[in-house]
Amino acid sequence: MKHDYINTGILRLTDFQVPPPERRRAGRVIMIECVQNIPCNPCSTICPQGAITIEGDITNIPVVDFSKCNGCGLCVANCPGLAIFMVDESIGDNSAEVGIPYEFSPFPEKGEIVSVYDRSGKIICDGEIVRVRNPKSYNKTAVIYFRVPIQFSLDARFIKRKADKAKTPIH
Amino acid sequence: MRLRNHPILEFKEQRVIHFTFDGQDITALEGDTIAAALHAAGIRTLSHSLRRHHPRGLFCAIGKCSSCLMEVDGCPNVKTCLVPVKDGMVVKSQDGWGRFPSATSRKDYQRKEIPTRETDIAIVGAGPAGLSAAIYAARLGARVMVMDENYLVGGQLIKQTHMFFGSKDHYAKTRGIDIGTLLRQQCDELAIEILTECSVIGYYHPHELAMVHKRKLNHVKAKAVIIATGASENMLTFPGNDLPGVYGAGAIQTLMNVYKVKPAERVLMVGAGNIGVIVSYQLLQAGVDVVAVVEATPKIGAYQVHASKLVRCGVPILTSHSIVKAYGNESVEGAVVAQLDNKWNIIPGTERDVAIDTICLSVGLNPASEILDQAGCRMLYIPELGGQVAVIDRNMETSVSGLYVAGDVSGIEEASSAMLEGRLAGVAAVQSLHGSSPQIEKLKHEIQSGLDALRTGPFGEKTRIGNKIMTEAAS
Ligand SMILES: Cc1cc2nc3c(=O)[nH]c(=O)nc-3n(C[C@H](O)[C@H](O)[C@H](O)COP(=O)(O)OP(=O)(O)OC[C@H]3O[C@@H](n4cnc5c(N)ncnc54)[C@H](O)[C@@H]3O)c2cc1C
Ligand code: SF4
Ligand code: SF4
Ligand code: FES
Repeated sequence: MKHDYINTGILRLTDFQVPPPERRRAGRVIMIECVQNIPCNPCSTICPQGAITIEGDITNIPVVDFSKCNGCGLCVANCPGLAIFMVDESIGDNSAEVGIPYEFSPFPEKGEIVSVYDRSGKIICDGEIVRVRNPKSYNKTAVIYFRVPIQFSLDARFIKRKADKAKTPIH
Repeated sequence: MRLRNHPILEFKEQRVIHFTFDGQDITALEGDTIAAALHAAGIRTLSHSLRRHHPRGLFCAIGKCSSCLMEVDGCPNVKTCLVPVKDGMVVKSQDGWGRFPSATSRKDYQRKEIPTRETDIAIVGAGPAGLSAAIYAARLGARVMVMDENYLVGGQLIKQTHMFFGSKDHYAKTRGIDIGTLLRQQCDELAIEILTECSVIGYYHPHELAMVHKRKLNHVKAKAVIIATGASENMLTFPGNDLPGVYGAGAIQTLMNVYKVKPAERVLMVGAGNIGVIVSYQLLQAGVDVVAVVEATPKIGAYQVHASKLVRCGVPILTSHSIVKAYGNESVEGAVVAQLDNKWNIIPGTERDVAIDTICLSVGLNPASEILDQAGCRMLYIPELGGQVAVIDRNMETSVSGLYVAGDVSGIEEASSAMLEGRLAGVAAVQSLHGSSPQIEKLKHEIQSGLDALRTGPFGEKTRIGNKIMTEAAS
């Protein structure tokens, strides 16, 4: 059987729009991983730059104009599907910064080393927390930025604090 | 155990109260229901079954399944998932039918006379559908009264900590819990009367209701009635499905997000629709381990975005897998899951034993349409809408003139559509009282186009098919 996101919940990079390498190297930019026709549109109404559009029906999928996105992060915190991520390959030193929506408590702290997971829930590397953005306007969905080796820039999708992981019973 | 910190829920100071359970002193927090307080104290077995005396725990936590019946202050068969605890309450587990109510408990509900309450529009259910109906009807000048058997207002919204989809007009990106509060505020501003702990138990022609408010019988007289009673969670048949520790996913969500009880340590979720996947994610937020989501069909029914956000946290969604059995003595201690072939048969050798203490079922919802049937509405079984529903027209009116429906009871959908249907039923009910006007026609048209827009796309297909069957039957 074909192993598709519909069977597993795991998207592949070919399933959605990925910002081109030049754009990623120029600084922060989003990736939207929302590929079905669902009745939803806040991403398109919240972006101050008009970088995200949903044409016609509310069930159409969002389309990003990467050249308009300035990486402010507003849409990441406001997407009810937690489906928008940030990537920045402008850092140099072979690392990239990734931003993800995060709704677990307690938050990791700046400088903390965390385990980084990919779309399938597998640990792929360690990451270092760079910033935790949680202003009131984000309404409890924080955006957490962390640094990973550059080869993981497009795959880092979740983090767990090492302390939290130790608490998970192993059977 | 109680939750101590949570990324979304807020913790307020709650008064500590005491009651007894089978003679044992239990500490609870004001605002707990009896069943929630017992769960917080680690007690899951609430009663024993009628014939075989098997242990019974709660299943739905919203008053729909009767698996939580206990004796409270001498009164048998009390739905303990709905009744808030009070200081000094005497709660007893019930074996079988229970005893005849004690003389003191009978005083609580015996009445010499049954009072009548009159209103223009009586609304049954204070979920998103019922509250929206009330708001729109009251705005057009009608006198409305809302009744709900829960003691909290908001229906399923009160446990939904996630942000909702939709557009601005349906409160998109607002959390369900906050939408409930917003609707409540609008009702308060319009001075809408909302009666809680108030079960509607019968409909009589034309537009009279039998209603039990805090155990006392009342008579309600209205000019139109809107039924917005929501839905109940489906059961699944497998050996061991009656053990305490097998819950509806919504019940677990209620325990953790409304009563802040840590409901489990390790969970197996059955069903990968939106509810199964969302509740799994919320279990992780409450610090509970979810070992896997099993889904019998080869496809995940939930929105991809919901599935993706769960899978990346390390919880696998196993499609073409199902639960074979649950086992345990007093309560769930484990389960066996296995892979299915394309004819739904277990593939031999794929059985796996999982050590868990809780199984959550999210295998669909069923419209809570009993009252409509009893009222004599023309009913139809439409699988696409979730089961038995009343035949309605474009105005949400049933075959009984002046009796309307809105929300999940008219077909399982979402809160966004429940709100729009509620608005439509509210406006149409006012129209039935005062006749039409250009304002009413315009409002109805706007709401109907809003509903049509929500139902475009592949996820609206079931409702589109269901509604088509309905329209054909109605004509
Ligand atoms: C886990 C989960 C996630 C969901 N996520 C979303 C989402 O992201 N977006 C979305 O749009 N929707 C979502 N939904 C669906 C949404 O919650 C429901 O569709 C919606 O609540 C239906 O509203 P309703 O008013 O019809 O019914 P309900 O909210 O169920 O309200 C019905 C009310 O009627 C009361 N009642 C029932 N019978 C009686 C009686 N006889 N007498 C008095 N009162 C009675 C009940 O106590 C209840 O309060 C989700 C649901 C669940 C469970
Ligand atoms: S990050 Fe900011 S600028 Fe970029 S798409 Fe999102 S909201 Fe628009
Ligand atoms: S807000 Fe998020 S879930 Fe909704 S359409 Fe946009 S990307 Fe998809
Ligand atoms: S009626 Fe109380 S758990 Fe279902």
